[in-house]
Amino acid sequence: MRKYLPRGIVFLYLLVILLGPLVMMIYRTFEDLGAAWGAITEHNTLLAFKLTLIVAAISVPVNTVFGIVFALLIVRGNVPGKGLLNAFVDLPLALSPVVVGLSIVMLYGTDGWFHWLPDHGVQVLFSWPAIVIATLFVSLPFVAREVVPTLREIGDEQEQAAHTLGASGWQTFWRVTLPSIRWAVIYGVVLTTARCLGEFGAVAIVSGNIDGKTQTATLRVEDAYQFAYGNYAPAYGISLVLAVMAIIVLFTMMLVKPREEAT
Amino acid sequence: MSISVQNISKQFGDFVALDDVSLEVPTGSLVALLGPSGSGKSTLLRIIAGLEQGDTGTISIADEDVTATAPQKRGIGFVFQHYAAFKHMTVHDNIAFGLTIRRRPRAEIRERVAQLLELVQLEGLAKRYPSQLSGGQRQRMGLARALAVDPKVLLLDEPFGALDARVRKELRVWLRRLHDETHTTTVIVTHDQEEAMEVAETVAVMNHGRIEQVADPIELYERPANEFVMGFVGAVNRLGDAFVRPHDLEVTLEPNGSTKEAMIVRLVNLGFDVRLELVRDDGEQLAAQMTREQAESLELGPGQIVYVRPTRQTTFAP
Amino acid sequence: MALPIAALAWRSTQKGGANFWDVISSPEAVAALKLTLAMAALAALTNAVLGTVTAWVLVRDDFRGKSILNAVIDLPFALPTIVAGLVLLALYGIKTPLKVDAGGVHFKADITFTRWAIFMALLFVTLPFVIRTVQPVLHELDREMEEAAASLGAGSFTTFRRIVLPNILPGILSGLTMAFARACGEVGSVVLITGNLPFKTEVASVFVLQRSASDPIGAAAVSVVLLTISFAVLLVIGGLRRWATRHERA
Repeated sequence: MRKYLPRGIVFLYLLVILLGPLVMMIYRTFEDLGAAWGAITEHNTLLAFKLTLIVAAISVPVNTVFGIVFALLIVRGNVPGKGLLNAFVDLPLALSPVVVGLSIVMLYGTDGWFHWLPDHGVQVLFSWPAIVIATLFVSLPFVAREVVPTLREIGDEQEQAAHTLGASGWQTFWRVTLPSIRWAVIYGVVLTTARCLGEFGAVAIVSGNIDGKTQTATLRVEDAYQFAYGNYAPAYGISLVLAVMAIIVLFTMMLVKPREEAT
Repeated sequence: MSISVQNISKQFGDFVALDDVSLEVPTGSLVALLGPSGSGKSTLLRIIAGLEQGDTGTISIADEDVTATAPQKRGIGFVFQHYAAFKHMTVHDNIAFGLTIRRRPRAEIRERVAQLLELVQLEGLAKRYPSQLSGGQRQRMGLARALAVDPKVLLLDEPFGALDARVRKELRVWLRRLHDETHTTTVIVTHDQEEAMEVAETVAVMNHGRIEQVADPIELYERPANEFVMGFVGAVNRLGDAFVRPHDLEVTLEPNGSTKEAMIVRLVNLGFDVRLELVRDDGEQLAAQMTREQAESLELGPGQIVYVRPTRQTTFAP
Repeated sequence: MALPIAALAWRSTQKGGANFWDVISSPEAVAALKLTLAMAALAALTNAVLGTVTAWVLVRDDFRGKSILNAVIDLPFALPTIVAGLVLLALYGIKTPLKVDAGGVHFKADITFTRWAIFMALLFVTLPFVIRTVQPVLHELDREMEEAAASLGAGSFTTFRRIVLPNILPGILSGLTMAFARACGEVGSVVLITGNLPFKTEVASVFVLQRSASDPIGAAAVSVVLLTISFAVLLVIGGLRRWATRHERA
């Protein structure tokens, strides 16, 4: 009996908080599949998905590169202020997305420091660049945080060996360092992607939420709910698409994690 | 507080760890379970402790059947190879643990811990953390901790295995002296035959989950029960059906009746003794051992042809 | 590149210096902040306890489907927060199937517009934190210490209390603080399900969101409070890391 008690508690908890609601949402979507499908295939929804994917397509590679660079600096670098860099990388995780969004407004808004940009034809706020900046900021930490402990654990002996054999810095990086952190990077990329797809708060503030133009998928869901008039199937439907994406991400995480932990 | 092991068997999947093992450990004795890795000695010790369960058989401690009793209630003291120190507690709290959870009064605990610190020669280190101690010190702490609750029996699982050679030797001597003082029934598991012979009065040699022989060290050396025991307990040469100890291989410069020819490949200086590594022309390798004096008087050197003959040999019935 | 944003934006929120205090101490802002902190703490603590149990089950127990369970736990990390809100709404919203209306018992598991909604949403998004910080620590724990405790007479509860808990405590605490920080800043999952009623179910992040266009300075003021909480949390986590390794560096 005692053996099953903890297990039972865990199952019950996860059922109540996680699995029960998820199943219910899937059920409700299929209850009114027509409305749900209509909402998903609506023109503006498709545009919203497109925007989300474009933003992710920009943010993920950029943050991957920066993540690896930051990680190398933190673990191997000889720069002063390394601790600060480490804290900075962790910052977006502790920060509320609305704070991020508001900061961007403060910078690029009409009273902001960069308020002169629109006059020169560069529209940041209420346009896609703001969304990209916001997404970049909130998804910054993931690759770095995965790579740092792996780099630490591996140590730099392999790189030293490569140097004694005559490899240049770039060659060493490409042929020795990068392969050794491969799985950590992949795992970090997966987490970054999930974060990009799911961002809401910061984007809600900086985008202006204009359907068809600056509305991301997550904003679209909110929209669908606010104008639901009692039938939430459309909102659930779009959510389900996002949820499916999330589950694919989850699945990938599940596959990659053991390899990441093995290195 | 005797220990009685009756017909214990244990299997891990397809692997037979113990095969119908029985052993008696008399009160106050120090018995060693000696054997190579995989012989089942650690498993047997852990079953005696209650940390594992045998598939069949019984364990009795002090004439009480404890087979179904939890380790907490068996009144044992267990010492682990890798110390199992409570790394978040000081040395004092580590040793005091058994008494603390039995809610003994603080003054009593303090006194007892002080006594034990003196016994294991760790006075002054009470407030340190295990990470600040050397391996040998940590193990002595482990022993003190096990002794703190006055166990009926003391069980040591390769206690010196993680320490370097010199510390090992020191602690062996020390353990023997401790036993002579406390007379706690003790079982020690080791793969080091020198350790077993030095420390224990009785040695149980194990192999492949079975006990091959239980005897005192001299008996094991002089009258081994089989080939395995003989080979495990000391170096041995094989000449046909006969087994000859290196000390019992006589080396002469001239052939003499039943002697066999061999060439010295190498002389190994073992301090007081010298070991001769010999090879016969059929490729068979032999080892002889004699004092340096003897080797010098015969003026032996590498490459030399000599003649060997066993002065004593053992054969085993098929 | 993100560096300028963080630094400059932070400074720029101090533009309305005098206004700052007025906004902060306005009843609505205070209510929102108090609610946020209280709910975040409650959710974080609940998940600390349940998370530790879950980590224990995942590391020490074995049953079919354990690996699936392990993966499912990461769902709140992977799921967009707004979807999380809707997911909870499906089961615990106005149209919830969980209702009893018979024999004098009227019960409906509808939490919209209530504080329960905030609590559940925060539980959802902070679910993985403590589990994921405790798991590796538990995994690394020297099982022999527990065996030693048993050989010395300690029962399972005593062993847990005196041996396991002290060693996993740093893990629990760092997961707890991260969960708290996350919960304070959470916006997507609460914005739909709570109705954002001022003084009742409006959390600080929603306060900021709604005023970001109309009253940016006011929003900024509350943002700074949230920012300070974030920094404080980071400091605590850094401190915890050093405290946790004190035994090794001693």
